[in-house]
Amino acid sequence: MDPTKLIGFLLRRGLKAAIVVLAIVVCNFLLVHAAPGDPASVIAGQSGAADPLFLEQLRKQFGLDQPLYVQLWVYLKSVLTLDLGFSHRQQMPVASLILDRLPATLLLTGAAFVFAIVTGVTLGALAARRVGRWADSLITIIALTFYATPLFWVGLMLVLLFSVWLEWLPSFGMSSVGVELHGMAAVLDVAKHLLLPALTLGLFYLAVYARLTRATMLEVADQDFVKTARAKGVPEGRILRAHVLRNALLPVITFAGIQAGQLIGGSILVETVFAWPGIGRLAFDALLARDYPVLLGVFFCTSVMVVLFNLVTDLLYAVVDPRVEVSG
Amino acid sequence: MRDFWRRYRRNKGAVLGLVILFLVILMAILAPVLFPGSPWDMVSAPFMPPGEMGLLLGSDSLGRDVAAGIAHGARISLLVGAVSTLAALLIGVTLGAVAGYLGGFADDAVMRFTEFFQTIPSFVLAILLVAIFNPSISSVVFAIAVVSWPPVARVVRAEFLSLRSREFVQAAEVLGKSRLSIVLTDILPNALSPIVVLASLMVATAILLESALSFLGLGDPNLMTWGFLIGAGRSVIRLAWWMSVFPGIAIFLTVLALNLVGEGLSDALNPRLARQRGAA
Repeated sequence: MDPTKLIGFLLRRGLKAAIVVLAIVVCNFLLVHAAPGDPASVIAGQSGAADPLFLEQLRKQFGLDQPLYVQLWVYLKSVLTLDLGFSHRQQMPVASLILDRLPATLLLTGAAFVFAIVTGVTLGALAARRVGRWADSLITIIALTFYATPLFWVGLMLVLLFSVWLEWLPSFGMSSVGVELHGMAAVLDVAKHLLLPALTLGLFYLAVYARLTRATMLEVADQDFVKTARAKGVPEGRILRAHVLRNALLPVITFAGIQAGQLIGGSILVETVFAWPGIGRLAFDALLARDYPVLLGVFFCTSVMVVLFNLVTDLLYAVVDPRVEVSG
Repeated sequence: MRDFWRRYRRNKGAVLGLVILFLVILMAILAPVLFPGSPWDMVSAPFMPPGEMGLLLGSDSLGRDVAAGIAHGARISLLVGAVSTLAALLIGVTLGAVAGYLGGFADDAVMRFTEFFQTIPSFVLAILLVAIFNPSISSVVFAIAVVSWPPVARVVRAEFLSLRSREFVQAAEVLGKSRLSIVLTDILPNALSPIVVLASLMVATAILLESALSFLGLGDPNLMTWGFLIGAGRSVIRLAWWMSVFPGIAIFLTVLALNLVGEGLSDALNPRLARQRGAA
């Protein structure tokens, strides 16, 4: 691709992403001020019970006695310098609380995503190849089931089956408590803990990707270039892989980008069920303690993650499909 | 109408969905008769397995009847699902109609706004909204409505875009009808079928969202809900599996029924599409 075009494309997309992030910050600000009661007590994270002197200090610090637009400016400046406030419950800056938990969440959502997309695309491709056969009925059943089942309940049922009844896998945390493991053993330990949460989070998206792959593959298989390939005598397996599947993957990529937000939202539930020490669990604990600065920080951080992920899928799309107009 | 029912009936899953949905509604209506008294009342020893002490589905950690909780919870789930969908429809139809009918700058502005709401993680926003406005049935409904209107706006906009240049709309314009009355009496009725299908699926999503919120402890503290029951059973799952299994099945059946009904409605309202799908 033409490098100057690509840079222009990157700049435009980057600008768009920046505007979205800015809008999220404003959204957070408005939420604090829309809350019933004193914004200072929301920032303090202790509704009604905070020390009046402390609240007075917060009011000064955030300029709560100043007009609204000044406050917004102060807030914007602090967030954009990555100062997400202070959690008085945990006596830690919110940004470092979130950064501590970020790797665990990335591991969980990443594993779930890879599992969902690999299995989903495979099943979908199998189903499209033999419409009406076992793979076809299987994805219909999986889709109907997981569209209708609450994520957290799927997690609990997996715990019940694999941890309580079969005793095969651990049901909570990210690593075994009280044992010191190194090297390969530590990796395996984390992998064992990861299996159930990633499965829970991935199953729903597996169904989504399988259905989407099946539908687009059937659509692409009808097009002229596939008939041409067949007429030229290209082997059927190669047609499916190189001609049909490759083109059918594009909508799947787009859709994965659109759903990134849902994946992260789902991880809050899954982390709560499995006591996985990620951002979701942090949000749940903050919820119980009504620690608003942490909640607002989590909302900001997850939104930024989604924006970044969308940026990556946009780029990927432009790289995979040279026809895509980078000017759009 | 007869025609509609004939086409709907052809989809066996949709008929099954309608039956399940009917039973759930019946359970919600009859809850005070089947299980008189508050579902919060202690009726037996704690942790009784299903079938013991005359309790069909067992009792929870405080000796409350799980079956009573499920029956009373059905009322809240259905109510929240229906009301929040209506609220989301109100927002989505209004914005979509403005964007699709007016076009130009209004369209651009509304679509950017919609895109923004589709980008941000909606469940996290819902949690934040309920937490900040304090958990109550109205804040839950509000939060669900705020995060679920964007698909409606998109669908309605697309319908309005294609309908507004049609001859009957032009005729109405020439006749000097006001814009509002054209939108309400000429365009909207013709855009109704995709909205109806979408609405049935949105009720399903809203029930799932409500259960997730109350699972996290963000439900109305005075109301018994399915999500609350599962949340209460989470920490004692080794001791009392029935506390979390049965409410989950209730959610599953209700949401499945709504999804099936949605598919049936889609078949019945878009006969051309259904025939194509049958042929594929």
